[in-house]
Amino acid sequence: MEKISTLTGTIVPLERSNVDTDQIIPAVFLKRVTKSGYEDALFHSWRQDPDFVLNQEPYAQGGVLVVGHDFGTGSSREHAVWALRDFGFSAVLGPRFGEIFRGNAGKQGLLVGQISEHAMEALWAVAKASPGAEITVDLEARTATADGVTHDFQIDEYTRWRLLEGLDDIALTLRDEASITAFEAQRPSWMPTTQPVREGTL
Amino acid sequence: MGKTLAEKVWDDHVVAKGEDGAPDLIYIDLHLVHEVTSPQAFDGLRQAGRQMRRTDLTVATEDHNTPTLEIDKPIQDPTSRKQIDTLRTNASEFGVRIHSLGDKEQGIVHLVGSQLGLTMPGITVVCGDSHTSTHGAFGAMAFGIGTSEVEHVMATQTLPLKPFKTMAINVEGELRPGVTAKDIILAVIAKTGTGGGAGYVFEYRGSAIRALSIEGRMTICNMSIEAGARAGMVAPDETTFVYVKDKPHAPQGADWDAAVEYWKTLPTDDDAVFDNEIFIDANELEPFVTWGTNPGQGASLSGEVPAPDSFADPTDRAAAERALEYMDLQPGTKLKDIPVDTVFIGSCTNSRVEDLTAAADIIRGQRKADGVKVMVVPGSARVRLEAEALGLDKVFKEFGAEWRFAGCSMCLGMNPDQLAPGERCASTSNRNFEGRQGKGGRTHLVSPLVAAATAIRGTLSSPWDLQAQEPETQNTTPEEMQIAELPQQPAEEA
Ligand code: SF4
Repeated sequence: MEKISTLTGTIVPLERSNVDTDQIIPAVFLKRVTKSGYEDALFHSWRQDPDFVLNQEPYAQGGVLVVGHDFGTGSSREHAVWALRDFGFSAVLGPRFGEIFRGNAGKQGLLVGQISEHAMEALWAVAKASPGAEITVDLEARTATADGVTHDFQIDEYTRWRLLEGLDDIALTLRDEASITAFEAQRPSWMPTTQPVREGTL
Repeated sequence: MGKTLAEKVWDDHVVAKGEDGAPDLIYIDLHLVHEVTSPQAFDGLRQAGRQMRRTDLTVATEDHNTPTLEIDKPIQDPTSRKQIDTLRTNASEFGVRIHSLGDKEQGIVHLVGSQLGLTMPGITVVCGDSHTSTHGAFGAMAFGIGTSEVEHVMATQTLPLKPFKTMAINVEGELRPGVTAKDIILAVIAKTGTGGGAGYVFEYRGSAIRALSIEGRMTICNMSIEAGARAGMVAPDETTFVYVKDKPHAPQGADWDAAVEYWKTLPTDDDAVFDNEIFIDANELEPFVTWGTNPGQGASLSGEVPAPDSFADPTDRAAAERALEYMDLQPGTKLKDIPVDTVFIGSCTNSRVEDLTAAADIIRGQRKADGVKVMVVPGSARVRLEAEALGLDKVFKEFGAEWRFAGCSMCLGMNPDQLAPGERCASTSNRNFEGRQGKGGRTHLVSPLVAAATAIRGTLSSPWDLQAQEPETQNTTPEEMQIAELPQQPAEEA
């Protein structure tokens, strides 16, 4: 995972609340075998409408998604996070999120910050007044700045630490690499190995 | 204070002890891989630019999506074909050993590890599949994991885990003829419920367990997960050593002696204390069958479909009501009067040579009931070959059963072998969830013996029901013990 300290991107306003993960990515896309390449699946049914925000030019590359209440509720599918990331979102800001969605996002390096209602309205207003306006999200300071105004956001301390350090679970374990190597050095010689291949006769 | 088997295996695999409530880092000795839960894990490695740490502790096979007929033709369903192709590409890119459809070691992932001698006492085994608990039969600690954990094991050969609690499942006494390991585990789950084992590793103990073969112990450990347990284990003993010895990857020479010496230290110490215990009297057990839509909803085959009102707990009562509706069963119906459309003998619970032999012994020289479809699906290509060497394929075919190629088959509706809506099946598999064997399908979990007797009579039956009417058996042991040729690898793979 990349270390995150500050992010800058286009404010993409999604003026809807209660966007569940079925809306973020419909179940039909879960049959796929990859963990990437879900950009086409993101908000799949809404994107059939040419007026949908992601179909508008300054927003088609993603950026920082500013959402309404209760974003990411419902099914636990991690695909929702993969789809947002693949489309080009580095952060999602909103007043309240589905718990599992927020957990999944933290594992995958997608910054999810909780802002006030007031900040949400203000950011939507900025995007409307000047489409394509940028926002800078400072994870160290827990602030989001757009159009000269700085808003605070909240994120749990453990997730923040992992994002700042760029650590996923695997990276955390690999800090113990020396212990793993030492453990391997004392494994008995008779422990099973799959290679070289020894096949049985019949 | 002494230690339990599970605690010994755990302690011997701690790479780093977790401090202040953090998980321990546990070393994984064997990682089994199949096509369904691995693609995103491989892709995760690729995205992060990581390699697999120990390809030499990893082996892959194809099982969930594979057809059991015409395996030399391309797989019809494009999603299934894609998942399998993806596994093949990933295995070759990352250097993972793979046993593909058409290979003699291909089969249900949990049979592959054990038949190669990779599964052995005292090791840790994981797979992105909940029935990894099967391998506990050898005294290994084996459990299923999710896709993120699969990736974690690929990258680090470890998992951060919090210690489990331990529960002793004591099964004392002697099973009557016709009663098997499957009946023991169905009785255990009926007792614990599907959540009773949550947070625990089970250790199956007692004279009835000691008397079981390794294959029977695998059946029991397989279904530990159906009781909610993370894993099930049986202490290794002479039966285990004999089974492992001379398997392709078993230790040899001085290594073998060293291994056995270590394995003998693994059984639970006399003064060890379990966090919980349950007791089952093996002498009392009868052939068992499920009537509902979870594996805990079971009863002795001599009984009746229960009335929902007979359950004191309101949640159980509501669950029974829903289950009976889905299963289209009336309370008070004798279980033996329930007719079936299909009999499925297969799955990682009951598809080994011992299971097939037991079923064949019951049906030898008989004809299946009219209108009942009988499918026999060996768990692995090797089991298929061994069974054919014993002539079992002929016994099944003469009986009117279909003799298929190896795979998960009708255990789950992911490949072409599925029940039609409303069809009722006596199945030797492990899950009777709604729609598990196909949308709208109705599943009764049974042992291979009950499956065979049911195929003869057409209604749920045990071998006990056959005795009165059983005609002379003709013991048609085949003169020649020929080994069938397997078809070549599918052409597209070359
Ligand atoms: S046989 Fe059934 S339970 Fe076993 S691995 Fe296959 S699908 Fe899972």
